[in-house]
Amino acid sequence: MVGNIKINNVNKSFDDVHVLNNFSLDIEPGSFVSLIGPSGCGKSTLLRIIGGLERQFDGTVLLDEEKIIKAGSDRGFAFQGSNLFPWLTVKGNIAFGLKARKIYKEHKNDVNEIINLVGLNGFENSYPHQISGGMQQRASLARALVGHPKVLLLDEPLGALDAFTRMNLQDEILRIKNENNMTMLMVTHDVDEAIYMSDKVVVMSARPSRVEAVIDIKLPRPRVRVQDTFALYRNKILEILNFGGKVHEVEYSI
Amino acid sequence: MNKKAKTFLTALLPFISAAVSALLYFALPESGKQKQMPHPFYMCFLLAAVIILAVCFIAGIFAKDFGKKLLSKAPFYAGLFLFLALLNTIVSKTRLLPVLYFPSLDRITGLLWLQKGFLVKNLFFSLGLLSQGFIFGLVTGFFTGLALGYNRHVGYWLNPVTKFLGPVPTTAWIPLALSVFPTTHGANVFLIAFAVWFPVTLMTASGIQSVNKVFFEVSETLGANTFFKVFRVAVPASLPQIFLGLFYGIVSSFATLMAVEMNGNSEGIGWYINWQKSVMQYDGVYAGLIIIAVLCSFILTMLFKVRDKIMVWQKGVIRW
Repeated sequence: MVGNIKINNVNKSFDDVHVLNNFSLDIEPGSFVSLIGPSGCGKSTLLRIIGGLERQFDGTVLLDEEKIIKAGSDRGFAFQGSNLFPWLTVKGNIAFGLKARKIYKEHKNDVNEIINLVGLNGFENSYPHQISGGMQQRASLARALVGHPKVLLLDEPLGALDAFTRMNLQDEILRIKNENNMTMLMVTHDVDEAIYMSDKVVVMSARPSRVEAVIDIKLPRPRVRVQDTFALYRNKILEILNFGGKVHEVEYSI
Repeated sequence: MNKKAKTFLTALLPFISAAVSALLYFALPESGKQKQMPHPFYMCFLLAAVIILAVCFIAGIFAKDFGKKLLSKAPFYAGLFLFLALLNTIVSKTRLLPVLYFPSLDRITGLLWLQKGFLVKNLFFSLGLLSQGFIFGLVTGFFTGLALGYNRHVGYWLNPVTKFLGPVPTTAWIPLALSVFPTTHGANVFLIAFAVWFPVTLMTASGIQSVNKVFFEVSETLGANTFFKVFRVAVPASLPQIFLGLFYGIVSSFATLMAVEMNGNSEGIGWYINWQKSVMQYDGVYAGLIIIAVLCSFILTMLFKVRDKIMVWQKGVIRW
């Protein structure tokens, strides 16, 4: 199975700000891993390093034993916000990567298939501004997925969506993952989302950040959102993040 | 019924106003100071305008969308005819204005008709000069802007040059260009190209520099190389600005066209206007101005049509 990511002693600083401190993590092929942690702790930076968008750092990142030095189509990247190209139609956006790699002709059907998969039939020829935020996010996912990357990196891809669209898309992402058997690594602020979707939740510490804890989510799939064990994981993660015990210390002012 | 009657009346407005125009024309005596033309050209012009309008309105009855558009313009056409009637009354019936500088509409329309062959020949000369200069300017401007906007090193060396030379009014180059270029035509093409080059360069470069960085990152993660990033991301993303530059460029190319044609050319509408002025034929000056106005607004309309076609994804940066 492909899609194994090994992060070895990565150090990353922006000017004087030390963001990642000897960060090491091994991500099993075919697993869904979430990165969670206080804001500004370098979750997105880590994802960008793996994606090859951040090239200046110490340490090594390996994808299937190969060193990552630049961005490539073996790693799909779903950004915060959909970031669809506004001058291309939905279909044009999805086909962009295939055209860039000059393999569009052979893979024309893949585009139609993925449009079906994310439920955008009938909107192929719409421009991004003509469709809803949820649809834009679907199109963005389809664009990242159509080239069959080994790994999909998700940088809070659902952050800007309303709760219902969000839950729908969470299920869709999981379905796509099962059908394509790829590794997924997601940055999120939402503890529930992390538990619901992941095999493993990696809790990162504040800056300079390292792995605070790796929590195996041993819930059977398909998962149910309302479930007692869910809350157990939730409490555990919040405790690690130092939000668990503070309930009594909150000062009220009216 | 009431609404129908109102629509009918609105559609009739231009014709009523044209009739008033014609009535004034025949009712008031000519001042006699204006040189008479062999035929009543202005009357013929009015008649032709009325016939064309009538045909359009009849067509509008059948083609509903066209009819609606036309109907909304009806008060404007009515106003136009009234304005012409007023103008004609002032310049040729009462001669309130100096006859030399304000020839009668009869003479302007007559001249347009009588010299049509000669005018069209000059128009095509101007159009040829303009399009050659424009194409050169557009191509060089686009690629300079692209290099400036995308490549830091090119920008370092070229930016100061562009900023130093670009703002120089094109007309200031005329003497130098005329002596450096072996032919006047070459100099003229260069000058018009220069007028287009600067705004296109500037807007292309600034457009490309302001492209959302995320678009480049997205395209990198999708496997795009530099060529693809430039032509499939940077260029389309900055098309709105490029068109803005093109708009500025085309407007300043009109100005340059007139300047070079009035300076040492012996063909073209600009030359014609200047020549007519020098022989005190102000009706010719007006005829030339009318032709230039029609030409320039036609070109701009075409430019905006092209823009709307290419940029269906983003409408209305500039309204025209």
